Amino acid sequence: MSAAVVSAMSMLATATVVDRLVFVVGAMIILGGALGVVISRNPVHAALMLVTTLFGVAVLFVEQQANFLAAVQVIVYAGAIVVLFLFVIMFLGVDRRENLGEEPLPAQRPLAIGLVVLGLAGLLLLGIDAHWAVGARSVAGPAAGQAGGDVAALGRSVFTTYLFPFEATAALLVIAVVGAVVLARRPRPGYGPDEDIEEPEGAGELPGAERQDAELDDEVTR
Amino acid sequence: MSVPGQWFLALGAVLFSIGALGLLVRRNVLVMFMCVELMLNAANLTFVTFSRMLNDIAGQVLVFFVLVVAAAEVVVGLGLVVAIFRRRPPPAQGLTRSADWTAYPCSMPPI
Amino acid sequence: MLDAAYLMPLLPLAGFLVLALVGRRLGDPVAGWLGTATVAGSFVVACITYVGLLHQAPGAGRSFTQDLFTWIPVGGLQVKAALLVDPLSMTMALFVTGVSTLIHLYSIGYMKGDSDFPKFFLYMNLFVASMLVLVLGDNLLFTFVGWEGVGVCSYWLISFWFGRPTAASAGKKAFLYNRLADVGFLTAIFLIFNSTGTLRYRAVFAHLSAIGPGTRTAICLLLFAAAAGKSAQLPLFPWLADAMEGPTPVSALIHAATMVTAGVYLMCRINPLLGLSHDSQLVVAAIGAATAFVAATIGCAQQDIKKVLAYSTVSQLGYMFLAVGTGAYEAAIFLMVAHAFFKALLFLGAGSVIHGLDGEQDLKRMGNLRRLLPLTFITVVIGWLAIAGIPPLSGFWAKGDVLDNAFARFPFLWGVGLVTAGLTAYYMSRLSALAFWGDDRWRDVLQTRGADHGGHGGHASPDGPAGHEPSPHEAPWVMALPLVVLAALALVGGLLNLPWHPTWAPLRWLGPVFGARLFDAHQSGATQWVLGVVDSAVALAGLAVAMPLWTRRPDHPALEPAVLQRSYYLDDIYDAVIGKPGQALARFSADVIERRVIDGAVNGVGRLARATGGGLRRAQTGFVRQYALGVVLGAVLLLAYMATRAWS
Repeated sequence: MSAAVVSAMSMLATATVVDRLVFVVGAMIILGGALGVVISRNPVHAALMLVTTLFGVAVLFVEQQANFLAAVQVIVYAGAIVVLFLFVIMFLGVDRRENLGEEPLPAQRPLAIGLVVLGLAGLLLLGIDAHWAVGARSVAGPAAGQAGGDVAALGRSVFTTYLFPFEATAALLVIAVVGAVVLARRPRPGYGPDEDIEEPEGAGELPGAERQDAELDDEVTR
Repeated sequence: MSVPGQWFLALGAVLFSIGALGLLVRRNVLVMFMCVELMLNAANLTFVTFSRMLNDIAGQVLVFFVLVVAAAEVVVGLGLVVAIFRRRPPPAQGLTRSADWTAYPCSMPPI
Repeated sequence: MLDAAYLMPLLPLAGFLVLALVGRRLGDPVAGWLGTATVAGSFVVACITYVGLLHQAPGAGRSFTQDLFTWIPVGGLQVKAALLVDPLSMTMALFVTGVSTLIHLYSIGYMKGDSDFPKFFLYMNLFVASMLVLVLGDNLLFTFVGWEGVGVCSYWLISFWFGRPTAASAGKKAFLYNRLADVGFLTAIFLIFNSTGTLRYRAVFAHLSAIGPGTRTAICLLLFAAAAGKSAQLPLFPWLADAMEGPTPVSALIHAATMVTAGVYLMCRINPLLGLSHDSQLVVAAIGAATAFVAATIGCAQQDIKKVLAYSTVSQLGYMFLAVGTGAYEAAIFLMVAHAFFKALLFLGAGSVIHGLDGEQDLKRMGNLRRLLPLTFITVVIGWLAIAGIPPLSGFWAKGDVLDNAFARFPFLWGVGLVTAGLTAYYMSRLSALAFWGDDRWRDVLQTRGADHGGHGGHASPDGPAGHEPSPHEAPWVMALPLVVLAALALVGGLLNLPWHPTWAPLRWLGPVFGARLFDAHQSGATQWVLGVVDSAVALAGLAVAMPLWTRRPDHPALEPAVLQRSYYLDDIYDAVIGKPGQALARFSADVIERRVIDGAVNGVGRLARATGGGLRRAQTGFVRQYALGVVLGAVLLLAYMATRAWS
């Protein structure tokens, strides 16, 4: 019986079937997560759904022999970016539920759905069976079969052909960090055009509202 | 590789569309950001697929760069959101419109 | 000596410029003497040029062109400002400058006291300069410049007392009629240039074969249309009667002696062309005769002394065109010169009467002036007898010349002309009888006038300078001298072209200008004698009928029917048929086309811009999500485009 199981498993375990299975599962995770992001009323839920999607994408990266990228995806995207999202959600207290039924802009939803469907149709048409993309082949080198696997191939390419963009992105990161620090700083008293707002614990009214009410009361009684 | 590349491309297209839809329909600014991330991921998936189909490492290199830029973008973007919501806290009209970024038209500069 | 020809138009032009700049400072009467001096100088130059021309060999040698400068050098069209000195133009120049000098002199006295004294001489000088450019012009376009110049000066001078609405509208009327006729002139110029490629007279006449027969007739008729406007022929003559609103010297110079003869000159100048088109000749002669008759009938019923003379001018011009149509160009010129003498004389005499009566122009309010204005009386009688055609004065010879040639070629028109001659004698006698014989009707008028003499004010009264004596007085010497000179010329003017061709016949030098086109009546001496007797008899008959009638009683209503007084209601007809529809069209254009169509279009563009902007503005909602929708829309369109490219 074990021989039958082994032979059945060996039959089942052909590369094609496994690959396709992995793809289907990964796809379902991705799409499920994406829909979850779009539909969730609570932003925290949306963030968690995003993490799900990112994991799915990582799985598919691995399936396509882009192991290094899968790792980087998980570390950077899921590990850093989504965490940052959650920090900001918590910090600003915007974690209240959004009323999905309300749409103040006229015709936004129907138009959005229509256009997106059209766009998807176009993308599918063009992407699936089109042999019209022409141009010179890139000279970065083959993806598979390089010595050292995909990491080495990636490294070779980044440090030789794409060295300049690499340095530029490094500079970009520095700028981003500096920008973030500057933007998130509290303005010193006397520098900002408005008065300083201490805690955005938004349960109170707008700062000027109280004064306005007082002025109105004064006018009425005068 | 026995999964045809076209399946991956189709998946990427669908993911991108879902992200676009979410961007157009949701009103919470952070959720809109997340939808942008979805679209970026769809692009990454497509790049990796082409890298495999064309047997060219350039696709993966581009994904690398996209990741970096996405990170930088999120950092600055969220910094902006924080800065904005410092000045003008989201209106507390019940539970209906939290961080309804889009309730305020662009013509009213918040900062 | 011929080289000084350019001075002829230049001197009056210089006078015009000087008077324009400093005339007001020169004042009354220095400005007048300056104006007269320039024209007199021009006359002297004309005489010198005449002598110089006589010295040349007769025939083709008596034609001299003086190029002044190139005016229009444009590719195929080369127009020079040049003067053509030949017998025809010199004849014109001589009598134009001569008569103008006399009239300028007269005006010094007539316009005395007028507040715009220098302006008068300014315009008169410009007029003489334009007229000389007209007659001396070497090509059609330069002649046209002079043509227009005299037209505009006529307008200025008719409406000289522009404060009077009738004068202002009379000036406009004259200008409009002339302008209408000028369309013919311009079209003829276009046709000639189209056929021959040149506008110089000599060159055009050398290339006559290039002009087709239909075009030839068209050109002749178009130029005759222009001449009809300028020389007040049927149906474009009503302006001349209204032109009498201008000061009397203006009427004498422009509307008797010079401007109105420009049409006759033009037809004579194009005689080679006219000679080839017999249809045009018939038309010209017929219209000339018809005009002569119609105008004479109207003149019989007019009460204003100047209007009688105006219609008389129209009538005599009709005779000149009859001669032109017959081909008797020399007769036409002869009559033109003689007419200039006696008509100018008559007008100046009438002006003297008006001046003496302090502005009265109505014949019914004159009478018995022969003892009070003796010199005027004598000169006017001479003019009267001349125009009536009593031998041996100039009018008899000149009119007889015209009628003799008409008899030989168009006997029916000769008949019309003969009847008109009788009418001419009749109405001129009527004029003289009413003015100089009969009762002192003026006494009642002047007495009532003297009562409210204070109403005359400082500005000279429109009908003449303010006189101060309440009784008719004779003219000063500046006005009397021209009368005497013109009377003398009217007396002996017949010597210019006596019919039996004596050795001294100055107008015979015109022969080479007309060459073979000149109509030769081939009449025997006996025929000419008989015709002459018939002419005299008719003239005397007219005199004999009019004198008893009008010396006894000034009113004969049966002889002055309204239809004649209103000149066959032509003015009213033109007003109804042309004037009112024109005004309606103008009103329509102003109200509907201008306001709705044009302004509507212009404003509509603005409204369209605003509407478009308003529509496009709606894309700027301010909501980011709608902008994002726009981005997605653009992406979809791009995809669609790429799809079409991929599968095409």
